[in-house]
Amino acid sequence: MTGYLFDFHGLSLEARGSGVLWWPGGRWLVVADLHLGKSERLARRGGPLLPPYEGLATLERLAGEIAALAPEVVVSLGDGFDDLAAAQALDPLVAGALLALARGRDWVWLHGNHDPAAPRHLPGRSAAELRLGPVALRHEAGPGPDISGHFHPVVRLAGERRRAFLLGPQHLLLPAFGAYTGGLAHDHAAVQALVPRGLAIACGPRAIPLPIGQPRRR
Amino acid sequence: MILPELFSDWFARQGWQPHPHQLALLAAPGDSLLIAPTGGGKTLAGFLPSLVELAPVAGPDGYLENRESRKGLHTLYVSPLKALTADIARNLGRPVAELGLGIRVEDRTGDTGQTQRRRQRVDPPEILLTTPESLALMLSYPEAPAIFGGLRRVVLDELHALAESKRGDQLMLGLARLRALSPGLRVTGLSATVEDPQALARFMAGAGPVEIVEADPGPDPDIAMLPTARPAPWSGGGGHYAVPEVLAAVKSARTTIIFINTRAQAELFFQALWAANDENLPIGLHHGSLAREQRARVEAAMAAGELRAVVATGSLDLGIDWGAVDLVIQVGAPKNVKRLVQRIGRANHRYNAPSKARIVPANRFEQIECVAALEAVRAHDLDGEPRGPGPLDVLCQHMLLTACAAPFDADALYAEVVTAGPYRGLARADFDACLDFAATGGYALRAYDRWQRLMLRGGLWQLRDPRAAKLLRMNVGTIVEAEMLKVRLRGRGGAPLGEVEEAFAAGLTPGDSFLIGGRVVRMDALREMVVEVTPDPSRQPKIAVYSGVKLAMSTQLAHRVLALIGDPAHHAALPPDTRDWLGLQAEVSRLPEPGLLLSESFPHAGLWHFALYGFAGRNALQTLGLLLTRAMEQEGLGPLGFISTDYALLVWSLDKVADPAPLLDAERLRAGLGDWLGENAVMKRTFRNVAIVAGLIQRNMPGLRKSGRQATFSSDILYDTLRKYDPDHLMLRVTAQEAGRGLVDFGRIEEMLARSPRREHRLLDRVSPLAAPLLLEMGRVPIRGEGRERLARIEAEALMREAGLEGIG
Repeated sequence: MTGYLFDFHGLSLEARGSGVLWWPGGRWLVVADLHLGKSERLARRGGPLLPPYEGLATLERLAGEIAALAPEVVVSLGDGFDDLAAAQALDPLVAGALLALARGRDWVWLHGNHDPAAPRHLPGRSAAELRLGPVALRHEAGPGPDISGHFHPVVRLAGERRRAFLLGPQHLLLPAFGAYTGGLAHDHAAVQALVPRGLAIACGPRAIPLPIGQPRRR
Repeated sequence: MILPELFSDWFARQGWQPHPHQLALLAAPGDSLLIAPTGGGKTLAGFLPSLVELAPVAGPDGYLENRESRKGLHTLYVSPLKALTADIARNLGRPVAELGLGIRVEDRTGDTGQTQRRRQRVDPPEILLTTPESLALMLSYPEAPAIFGGLRRVVLDELHALAESKRGDQLMLGLARLRALSPGLRVTGLSATVEDPQALARFMAGAGPVEIVEADPGPDPDIAMLPTARPAPWSGGGGHYAVPEVLAAVKSARTTIIFINTRAQAELFFQALWAANDENLPIGLHHGSLAREQRARVEAAMAAGELRAVVATGSLDLGIDWGAVDLVIQVGAPKNVKRLVQRIGRANHRYNAPSKARIVPANRFEQIECVAALEAVRAHDLDGEPRGPGPLDVLCQHMLLTACAAPFDADALYAEVVTAGPYRGLARADFDACLDFAATGGYALRAYDRWQRLMLRGGLWQLRDPRAAKLLRMNVGTIVEAEMLKVRLRGRGGAPLGEVEEAFAAGLTPGDSFLIGGRVVRMDALREMVVEVTPDPSRQPKIAVYSGVKLAMSTQLAHRVLALIGDPAHHAALPPDTRDWLGLQAEVSRLPEPGLLLSESFPHAGLWHFALYGFAGRNALQTLGLLLTRAMEQEGLGPLGFISTDYALLVWSLDKVADPAPLLDAERLRAGLGDWLGENAVMKRTFRNVAIVAGLIQRNMPGLRKSGRQATFSSDILYDTLRKYDPDHLMLRVTAQEAGRGLVDFGRIEEMLARSPRREHRLLDRVSPLAAPLLLEMGRVPIRGEGRERLARIEAEALMREAGLEGIG
């Protein structure tokens, strides 16, 4: 078991070391901020030409989780694509891999600030929000309780910066799953406003929980 | 050209005689390289030809007119230090005014304001002082041909220092551009004493020859070991045992620079000095991690003669001459003879007066190294690694910046690039690979055909999106620093104290104390890229391990050390305690000697130890440690960890190394470099540097740094992605080339194997005298990796057994 099990407003959930969230009750796999097409968008805007393999790398990792968990529903918590043009211009290899992953299951693209509308020519449906009982699933945290992405939270652990889930009373923030995504420290004001204290669950070979927002040690 | 009367009169009024080398540079018909010790009027020598050309002469009608009547930029001066350009601007002011030249001398660096820059582009001064980075930036503007088209002379200061890094390669590419923009340009290089003036001349040469002018080196320095009451300790690098003698030496001199090799050691030594400084002699501290304001204060105090001593790292190797310095003390072995000589030259800048310097070895091995270094200094035998060919990442950056200025023709650019010294041997295929990288990213998967960075239009390469120029210009330069975090005093607007490496900061927890700027501070919080601290003088600092670059001992000095050790007749030159130590080693095992690679296996503390006396420098021996432990793992020897110094490698393991020959097979080591070391953090750091210089990763993005958001994701991800999906990519090729030197330094491992045809392995029943200091180093440098994991498990099991908990858990 590489995940960390916890309850959130009546839902039994598992934060996986890979960075995906698993709800075994309904066989839902939730993943945030894939940012597919990021290298293509940076290039289009005259930025650096990054190795154009991040879509393959991201989906390869996602495929591993899908194979391990066999979800019925896969939810992308927004920013599945770096922008809508990137979604349209997706490399055929990546689009093919996506098609294979979505086959035989419900696939939902929630809207994010990078992809505020449904991607065309790609499998799955699209929505602004979903609900799991009392809990909303959306891209950017709103009135809680909710599960969201957007901030790409990271924590420092043993001298390393690691992607992390942040679990507070009202908000559960997911780490970014995309290969080329930066991060925002858990104690950055924007994130601290949402999860002033609670748990960070650091990603890695195994998910490691650690407390955050504790009074400072003297 | 001879010295006009106007100038000889001016010299006479100062009570000076022009130095022969100043006149020689004036007479040089083409490019020239001046090798001179500090204090030899080097800078004036460099500028004299320009000043003479710019001086007014009597015209045919009897009126004074400028020899070169044309307005505009005449001379460009490039120095590695911004501070130096400002200093030169001041120093040139006097002769310019007194000679009535009526010309403008201005500097142009990263600190120059926008208004000044814009004016300089429209109306450049006659003499412009700048840095390699600012020159690269100026060349990236479309106005470059107009500004530099009439340039007559270029002066390259501290060329020996520039040639040691990629800054020099970038400068030489820029110089090739300048030579193309202004044919007939004359270039003068100014250098401190170097081992191979010919090589430096080839480095700066264009199409024509370079005349080398060697100034009279002056009298030999007065240099010796500093006698101490206590002998040097067996291990460590602090030199604290010598504090009383160092303090006494400071007292006896007017002004002293105390050089020490790393920033952490400088902090600790500075503290130890002050703890014993009963007379409160004003002693300052200067190193690269201190805030710029702090360094500037120390420099100003030195210039004003207010300090009796300054403890410094390489941060003071270059820079403004302080005439008052009359003693240099080097604490810790110098690692490099040339650098030692250049440091000695910082004392007594008056020409024809001997420089005075004392060395303090930090431990027993360093005692030998210091003796060897002193012999090399007396023999004028300087060291230096030969320069490799011009690196391709710098070329990639140069191509992108060239496109910022104007569309270019690939054939013409290639023809220009190969006139630059470091790129003279550049193969067209490598040039084309760089162009492909700059244009398309150079990936096996052709993903960016629509979004190329450079497009070929009408036979010329140009930026597809002209807006990209801004981003490229923001990322000019080849200096790649470790990710640094600022350290500030806590509270609103807290004063900046300096910077620490991100990895060091990440290892701190609130409440930890460390040393910075000679103060003990307590870490309160790490927020938004700033470490907030409170002064806490009451505590002992827990940690002071943030490091700058650790220099490896030079190849040539290593050879001298090995020769000294291997020749008992020569041991008389060593202090008695060191002599006895080597004598015992000869008795118990044997002494290493040139041509022989000695290794030993012995049991100690329940583990087998394998010592290899490679004398290949710390970086190479660390890499060898990684490769050897890997090979030992494959052979089932159970390696648990290793330690490397400049002299030796020590590996400890569960089983004995009976025959090291298969482990030291050159082919096997090279193969390991590809797969095993590829995963290593050192390789990743090497890749990061390459990727940043080549423009694959952009450090500076408008606005991002301020938001606190990590501007870019980790370069490790790019490295892993490329290794997996595109293993033949240019950036990985360049990374592998860099691994031959620098941090990985694989070339030194090959050199070690090649120079040691004889191998001898001794099986001993206990620790050998030579290995003993290595064991003392052991606890201080923890090794992380497989070995450490297993050691931890074994220890944990032993503890469980002791507690009678065997088999539980």
